[in-house]
Amino acid sequence: MTAALRFDPIRLPGECEQLRKEVRAFLAEEIAGGTFNPFKPNREDIDVPAFCRRVGERGWIGMTWPKKYGGHERSFLERYVVTEEMRVANAPTRRFFVADRQSGPILLKYAPEHVKMDILPRICRGELCFSIGMSEPNSGSDLFAAKTRATKTDGGYLINGTKIWTSSAHIADYMIAIFRTSQPTKENRRHGLTQFLVKMKQPGIKVNPIEQITGQFEFNEVVFTDHFIPDDHVLGEIDGAWKQATSELAYERSGPERFLETYYVLTELVRAVGDKPDTRSAEGIGRLVAQLHTMRRMSVSVAGMLQAGKEPVVEASIVKDIGTVWEQQLPHRVRELAAFVEEDAGNRETLEAQLAFAIKTAPKLTIQGGTTEVLRGIIARGLGLR
Amino acid sequence: MAESENIVIETAEKIFADLADAQEINHDKTGAWTAPLWQALTDAGLPLAWVSEELGGAGASLADGFAVLGAAGRFALAVPLAETMLAGWLLAQANIASPGGEMTVAPAGPKDRITQNPDGMLSGRARGVPFAKAAKHVAVLAHGVGGISIALVDAAELRIESGLNLGGDHSDTVIFDNVAPKISKPAPAGFDQTTLMLMGGVVRSLQIAGALESMLDISVKYSNERVAFEKKISKFQAVQHNLAKLAGESAAALAAATSAADAIASASAFDDAVFLEAVSAKIRCAEAAEKGGAIAHQVHGAIGFTIEHILHRYSLRALAWRDDFGSESFWAVELGNRIVARGADELWPLVASR
Repeated sequence: MTAALRFDPIRLPGECEQLRKEVRAFLAEEIAGGTFNPFKPNREDIDVPAFCRRVGERGWIGMTWPKKYGGHERSFLERYVVTEEMRVANAPTRRFFVADRQSGPILLKYAPEHVKMDILPRICRGELCFSIGMSEPNSGSDLFAAKTRATKTDGGYLINGTKIWTSSAHIADYMIAIFRTSQPTKENRRHGLTQFLVKMKQPGIKVNPIEQITGQFEFNEVVFTDHFIPDDHVLGEIDGAWKQATSELAYERSGPERFLETYYVLTELVRAVGDKPDTRSAEGIGRLVAQLHTMRRMSVSVAGMLQAGKEPVVEASIVKDIGTVWEQQLPHRVRELAAFVEEDAGNRETLEAQLAFAIKTAPKLTIQGGTTEVLRGIIARGLGLR
Repeated sequence: MAESENIVIETAEKIFADLADAQEINHDKTGAWTAPLWQALTDAGLPLAWVSEELGGAGASLADGFAVLGAAGRFALAVPLAETMLAGWLLAQANIASPGGEMTVAPAGPKDRITQNPDGMLSGRARGVPFAKAAKHVAVLAHGVGGISIALVDAAELRIESGLNLGGDHSDTVIFDNVAPKISKPAPAGFDQTTLMLMGGVVRSLQIAGALESMLDISVKYSNERVAFEKKISKFQAVQHNLAKLAGESAAALAAATSAADAIASASAFDDAVFLEAVSAKIRCAEAAEKGGAIAHQVHGAIGFTIEHILHRYSLRALAWRDDFGSESFWAVELGNRIVARGADELWPLVASR
């Protein structure tokens, strides 16, 4: 049988429930204090450094990392609970989430000790925002077509070229990016790219925000002109970034953020339906909840595999494929099910505003962080088809 | 659940592999394969796996029994192993010893109802009872004036109208026309028809998930053999992506079913959380049976549409199993009603509790 399809029924251990209570209490306090409105996922470009520092103070950033670097040596399952509670509450986690999920783990693995000691504790304190420099104007899903050059110079590298669709680059303190250090070889077209740590807000880096169809400005064009990066900011093997990409993907692709992005419309649908649903809306809600529960069980299972030290890349890709297609369709299903809800439902305006935003958000969900097509290619490889 | 370390599951898988090979069964038009298969299962104590030794069974754990049924699904097993296990489990709830031989359970749907009259006689009608024609005894859940009771009935006492499900297995209407049970006892407190439906639904979910695993397996193999347009069809991206989707459906079904089985095996009661797990498994596995089965057929093309090919043994049974112990539509309405009754702000806490 296909080994990729083990999703053992991992349960969150008891200590997670106490943690969940703490996170919920914290978020309730933040909401009461006006930090964010959980009913408004479409708020303006919210950037709340103070909130991030308070999350850091609680010890909820870099939870799984060694204490030596400011981490807390807690489990992936505990981190899972924090992530899902924040997501369901629509908390503004953007500023720290990328660093927590993937930039930090990359630094832990590949950065020199003094860089780790400098940066990781600041991530854990909620002080730093990271972005990921992968896509370029002519290189999206085809990562290894990247052309932005890193040319060796005295004590480091000079960067020239353009990254694009770079989320949070306009607020980021650092970027982890791949740049071309050599040409690809005949034998290996993935050869020649190197991973770098880039300090943002420096000479030679220009960030141009790009407006999205939601009206938000989350992603950017980042233009590098003779930007200098010191030698100790090389992450891992020169020309060997392709070997380092895979383990990152398991972290990036299987979390609760991969199916909860539009979850809020389901909650509001249940509220709008009230306690006397017709058969149609009851069935619709039942199916959506069954699907949600199943994905969450799969996602928790992958978190369990990460905790056990495995690299469940195929399983994670399955979670992201199913999860993102689901969260993309969710606002449309909710819209259909809400069609016969009483006009005087108390939350109708909230639901309509949320639907308008979620439906506009939906197209990106199966593109960002690995398109559906890329994911299915990875799954197909796992099945032995390529 | 490391299967290779478990003797019960290993034994079952060996019997299935030796005596329930899909290819051989598919070619055997006489049905001669059933007797040796059932005998081997009986010799291994599997039909009464969930019955304690005191009550005549093998006393295996719920978890092991569930794993056996997942394996049975992978072989699209067409003898009443799941039904007999379920019947033995039901009888054991009321401390009723299990007889030998094939059994099944009634009712097999949430809407049918068997009544126990004050004189102890049973009346009512149960539709879609799997393998009733093959059963020597039927384990019955009945509603009486004093509450729910569990009864053992000799199949010879029953009127059984023969029917077949989509997979060609017996799915019969069983009529209780003032029938005297061999024995009947009150069900334990809190045990009702929903409990039986949830247990049966999880059993069917595991079987569907198992069938999907096999459909994925044979579809991948076939795509690596079949050549069209001068290359293996597995090299076409459209085929690869279809198979990736089938893998996703198979994985989702397996995750939902094994999670629900684990929930029942480790729960002390059939509470809201177990309800969510069990009905979610039935709903999601039924959806996967449709979506996944369609892809398996698409990959196989015309050959998979022939009776000669084994694909239908899995695809049609997976579709048929959707109907037993409450369809996905039925359970979705029930789940939706419960969610709405709890209120919007209690939805996430329920999901997160699992």
